[in-house]
Amino acid sequence: MELKEIVNPYKGKGKENLIPLLQDIQENLGYLSRESVSMASETLDMPTSKIYGVATFYNQFRFEPTGKFHIQVCRGTACHVLGSATVLKTLEKELKIKAGQTTRDALFSIEVVACIGACGLAPVININGTFHAKVTESSIGEIIEGYRQSLNPEE
Amino acid sequence: MSILQDLKPVLLSAINGQTLKPEQEKQFRILRREETNVPVIYIGAGTCGLGAGAGKTIDSAKQWLIDNEQKAEIVEVGCVGLCASEPLVDIQIPGFKRISFENVTSDKVEEILDSIFKLEVPNHNSLGQYEDTAGKTWENIPGINEHPFFAPQVRLVLKNCGLLNPVSIEEYIAGGGYRPFANLLETRKPSEMVEDVIKSGLRGRGGGGFLAGMKWKFAASETSDQKYLICNADEGDPGAFMDRAVIEGDPHRLLEGMAIAAYAIGATEAYIYIRAEYPLAIERLYAAIDQAIEYGLLGKNILGKGIDLNIKIKKGAGAFVCGEETALIHSIEGKRGMPKPRPPFPTSSGLFGKPTCINNVETLANIPGIFEKGSNWFSSIGTEKSKGTKVFALSGNIKRTGLVEIPMGTSMRDIIYNIAGGIPNKKKFKAVQIGGPSGGCLKEEDLDILVDYDSLIQAGAMMGSGGLVVMDEDTCMVDVARFFMDFIQRESCGKCIPCREGTRRMLEILDSITHRPAIDKENAALDRFKGVMQLEKLGKVIKDTSLCGLGKSAPNPVLSTLKQFREEYEEHIFNRHCPAGVCTELRTFEIDVDKCTGCTVCARKCPTEAIIGGKKTPHFILEDKCIGCGNCMDVCKFEAVHVKEVVKIK
Repeated sequence: MELKEIVNPYKGKGKENLIPLLQDIQENLGYLSRESVSMASETLDMPTSKIYGVATFYNQFRFEPTGKFHIQVCRGTACHVLGSATVLKTLEKELKIKAGQTTRDALFSIEVVACIGACGLAPVININGTFHAKVTESSIGEIIEGYRQSLNPEE
Repeated sequence: MSILQDLKPVLLSAINGQTLKPEQEKQFRILRREETNVPVIYIGAGTCGLGAGAGKTIDSAKQWLIDNEQKAEIVEVGCVGLCASEPLVDIQIPGFKRISFENVTSDKVEEILDSIFKLEVPNHNSLGQYEDTAGKTWENIPGINEHPFFAPQVRLVLKNCGLLNPVSIEEYIAGGGYRPFANLLETRKPSEMVEDVIKSGLRGRGGGGFLAGMKWKFAASETSDQKYLICNADEGDPGAFMDRAVIEGDPHRLLEGMAIAAYAIGATEAYIYIRAEYPLAIERLYAAIDQAIEYGLLGKNILGKGIDLNIKIKKGAGAFVCGEETALIHSIEGKRGMPKPRPPFPTSSGLFGKPTCINNVETLANIPGIFEKGSNWFSSIGTEKSKGTKVFALSGNIKRTGLVEIPMGTSMRDIIYNIAGGIPNKKKFKAVQIGGPSGGCLKEEDLDILVDYDSLIQAGAMMGSGGLVVMDEDTCMVDVARFFMDFIQRESCGKCIPCREGTRRMLEILDSITHRPAIDKENAALDRFKGVMQLEKLGKVIKDTSLCGLGKSAPNPVLSTLKQFREEYEEHIFNRHCPAGVCTELRTFEIDVDKCTGCTVCARKCPTEAIIGGKKTPHFILEDKCIGCGNCMDVCKFEAVHVKEVVKIK
């Protein structure tokens, strides 16, 4: 969707719509680009500095595009007790990036989230909305490989 | 759908308390899923079910029906609570009781459906049968209520979860839903309703345990052109997922609770502030709100009584502090979610400066039950000062993880050993963490306490929102404390100094205890030694001087573990040793000279070149260079590398 189309319904509305607007933009673009923020500032008649002030406060907002496969690693208590620290480390090693970064081929990005609320299945990772339960050091390789394969199935 | 269309007037008359004709009774029993005319396959498709593979189970079930030319209704239900056994599939064949199967991954669908449609029960995976459904009993299958996980539960809030279709208002109404609300509009004045809730003794389920009725009273007594009701579904506590399960499994119960609360306090606008991390719950809420509006139970001129209620959903943007009332209000207003000093309390000046009542999901979900059966009935459940039931999320090192609803006053030992089935892998129990980042830990000897708001505080923990994380002997309590401090430190909004700087400093101390510094400076050892004393002092200052609940409770996990597991801290500090082996940097390794063949693999894999030794001669580890990563132990094929036993200094 075009940025304009996303922003238009919010024109002339109150400032309490800032967060929903930013969420809408991120949902469609994957992140908050500079131009989208300045567009938001025109729409809601707010300075961009204020918008950045709000956007950087919340964990949800990103200012850089994510990879094609966005991996959320749950770092809740239950996941921690069952070894999510190792899971995160293995992922970082496997993809050769740190949490919050995107791989050079723009395929994978890792994000650490507080708790996805699937504690019964800990440790959990969520890739593009799909949950992978009871992840272990050894199963991560397979999961990642599965996503790689899904891109070029012939190989 | 046409049948349901015809049903609408009947359902509406049921809401208004008219008695049903016999044929309508039968229809209602079918809607309540007590009996059925067609085979029904229920698949638990909450977030945890989907995570365990329920999506594929649904596909396989559909495929099976096509392949075998059978007709059956497939219903995606919410979570019944037994997360460890997901995907859960229930099957109800006409003339038989509803029967439940556990761990039904897609490969087992065929086998189970094959036999059940031949009216035989497969000899594994069955969990139990629902004895209150109509029809013949399956032989040799126990009732589901005899299952140790379900037997001690009293399900008020979770009554429909996992049993009924969550996005069917018809099923909810057939089960008596919205009847209390309609009845109240006819018969009770708002002020009487507030008194009813006070009398019931319902306390806020979000953590603090403030009397919900008192909050209503404060909001109701304000005069204003506009009042707001906010449902706090910003379940930020890591380790808690009861709100998600309630919304995913029974959204109408929450909506009815909100409708009643809004009427009692005189609010015409309501918000549900829900985490964006719960997409399924949000989707089901939207669907449920639309249905309720269609039935005239929300929106303008509710049930023709001239009252309005408009419910809006606000997605949280991921900030733990937004669970705090004033921060949550700021977030809805589109600002940074920072708390502000109270008073004025939100009940007098809240959202957009208007009187606002904020209740937790579970609190509101309790409301319909209270008005259905009366406040005396509700206050007969539970302990003297904590009434009703509480939903707990069980997770961590236990056999049956999941969601349970138990009466207040159940012993913690019962929860962990009977309901949750104890600790797996023959490990020993070490502690249970309750109340998330604001709560504390209970040790083995505290397990006999009867769980309610006050007893937990006495034992140094806190009810919180109800996340129970069980830890076995392989968990390091200092590491757990560090984990929580790391979380709080990141989530601190930064407005008040004690919380912002204090939590950071506490994390630094814990870091120095659990890590090995690259260069040990002159004072580092002394600082570590002072650490324990400093932690206590700092914790007290943060508690006394922070602005909001987050800061005031931030030191709890550290103070509580420090009190209960002091020897473990001392072991880390004085002996530089982690008894559980979790703090990897504190490990030191040694190589067994007799077993080492000198293959040099470990020396090559060592990231810091801490291993020396020539080919075919035993190797040695230089302790100064070793960072405790454990690579050498992992790669050694001869089991020559092992963690060095620490000689304890007492």
